[in-house]
Amino acid sequence: MIEVKNIHKSFSGVEVLKGISTSFEKGKTNLIIGQSGSGKTVFIKCLLGLFDYEEGCIAYDGKVFSELSEDQKRNLRAEIGMVFQGSALFDSMTIAQNVMFPLKMFTKQSRSEMEDRVDFVLKRVNLIDAHNKMPSEASGGMQKRVAIARAIVNNPKYLFCDEPNSGLDPKTSIIIDNLIQEITDEYNITTVINSHDMNSVMEIGEKIVFLKDGLKAWEGSKDTIFKTDNEVVTDFVYSSELMKKVRQMYIEEKQ
Amino acid sequence: MKYLHYIGTYFLMIVEMFRKPTKWSVMKQLILKDIDDLIIGSLGIVAFISFFVGGVVTIQTALNISNPLIPKYLVGFATRQSVILEFAPTFISIIMAGKVGSFITSSIGTMRVTEQIDALEVMGINSLNYLVFPKFISLLLYPFVISIAMFLGILGGMAACVYGGFSSLSDYIIGIQTDFIPFHITYAFIKTTIFAFVLATIPSYHGYYMTGGALEVGKASTTSFVWTSVVIILLNYILTQMLLS
Ligand SMILES: Nc1ncnc2c1ncn2[C@@H]1O[C@H](COP(=O)(O)OP(=O)(O)OP(=O)(O)O)[C@@H](O)[C@H]1O
Ligand SMILES: [Mg+2]
Repeated sequence: MIEVKNIHKSFSGVEVLKGISTSFEKGKTNLIIGQSGSGKTVFIKCLLGLFDYEEGCIAYDGKVFSELSEDQKRNLRAEIGMVFQGSALFDSMTIAQNVMFPLKMFTKQSRSEMEDRVDFVLKRVNLIDAHNKMPSEASGGMQKRVAIARAIVNNPKYLFCDEPNSGLDPKTSIIIDNLIQEITDEYNITTVINSHDMNSVMEIGEKIVFLKDGLKAWEGSKDTIFKTDNEVVTDFVYSSELMKKVRQMYIEEKQ
Repeated sequence: MKYLHYIGTYFLMIVEMFRKPTKWSVMKQLILKDIDDLIIGSLGIVAFISFFVGGVVTIQTALNISNPLIPKYLVGFATRQSVILEFAPTFISIIMAGKVGSFITSSIGTMRVTEQIDALEVMGINSLNYLVFPKFISLLLYPFVISIAMFLGILGGMAACVYGGFSSLSDYIIGIQTDFIPFHITYAFIKTTIFAFVLATIPSYHGYYMTGGALEVGKASTTSFVWTSVVIILLNYILTQMLLS
């Protein structure tokens, strides 16, 4: 469970986050959605302590992040898995080495145990024979999946994903969404996902926070997002022709 | 004010670099990789430059000694002094500020702009220790590079002297043995060790604390070269004043 109170963040005088309060529950997939530029990435980086914020408070299972010592912060972070929007793979290492990295740093497993685990997670993200490629030789979608594999390899307690399925085809997208859902259920972890993909919203949006211009405009779940009258949300949700049709059918079905 | 802030950040960086060390099994590999990149990778250019500049120093000295009363062995003596005291430790360090320094800044800077440093931090790794400490350790081998530069500089001088017909081999050898003061070697290696620290940390600082994108990585490399050279030249002055006078 992660609680967030009144986060304000600005860059050289321009306020990007204007006081966001919410909570992300354990064992659930929490989605942050919103238009490009609404502050999703900045918000998630504040949650992780990568950005300092001027005001507000973030607590991980009751531990207030800003009050922790450097060492306590590092220990907490060893339990965090993060997928960056740009993947952020280590470009001096092969794909398998990238995925193995957290195991090497934080576990005492033997080489063969680590290799087995790497094989296992790479299989789960649908990458079978890419072990020895360098990140620069992998496609954007492959890099994303490697980043996901790296984030989950050491069974994190908190999983953050900044647009895990941007750049993926619809089929792989669904595999990734389901994987994230499964891991969240299986290990009962707190998962926070940035997304603007409506498919993901419908698949895995157990809790949804809608950001607009650095403010929380709405909060709900995949069941309530289609029923809400909040104009800002409907505007976003039904912006595509496909979604408009879905809504039409939904209304017709009801009548 | 701004510069005070930079200097403060630089020293905090150095303190942070020694905190929460990375697992030894991982650190060992990082150090070996940096030795390969920074030390072994520089030997070629250092050898080339040392040999030929040593030769030029000899030729210039020989050409400027036209007075027949000045003994011939002075050519060897002058070459030895300039190579050991200034040319190898200082001149080569400036070259290294360009080669090794810009490599360090651009590789760390690229990791910064592609969020790889954030990825390390998010995992709970002390990224300064992970990135800068192995560079610092591998540059402790830098005096070794400089001793090769000294040797080849003097050797290059010898080659130029003999093949150019400026003086005989035996005169040159007498020259490089004349009035040898062992402390000059100590002085040179004290300088070299301090320059090694500068070479590891100032470029790392410029890479680590940069912001922006690929364009800024290029700019950071240039700034890092300028500052590394300036600091080396200033420290050279201060150390020479302190140690030799
Ligand atoms: N390092 C930074 N310095 C200055 N401004 C920034 C910085 N990072 C983000 N911003 C600004 O903050 C705002 C929100 O950016 P953010 O990256 O959070 O958007 P986003 O919701 O993640 O968008 P997208 O869906 O396109 O990834 C933008 O207006 C951006 O210009
Ligand atoms: Mg973003």
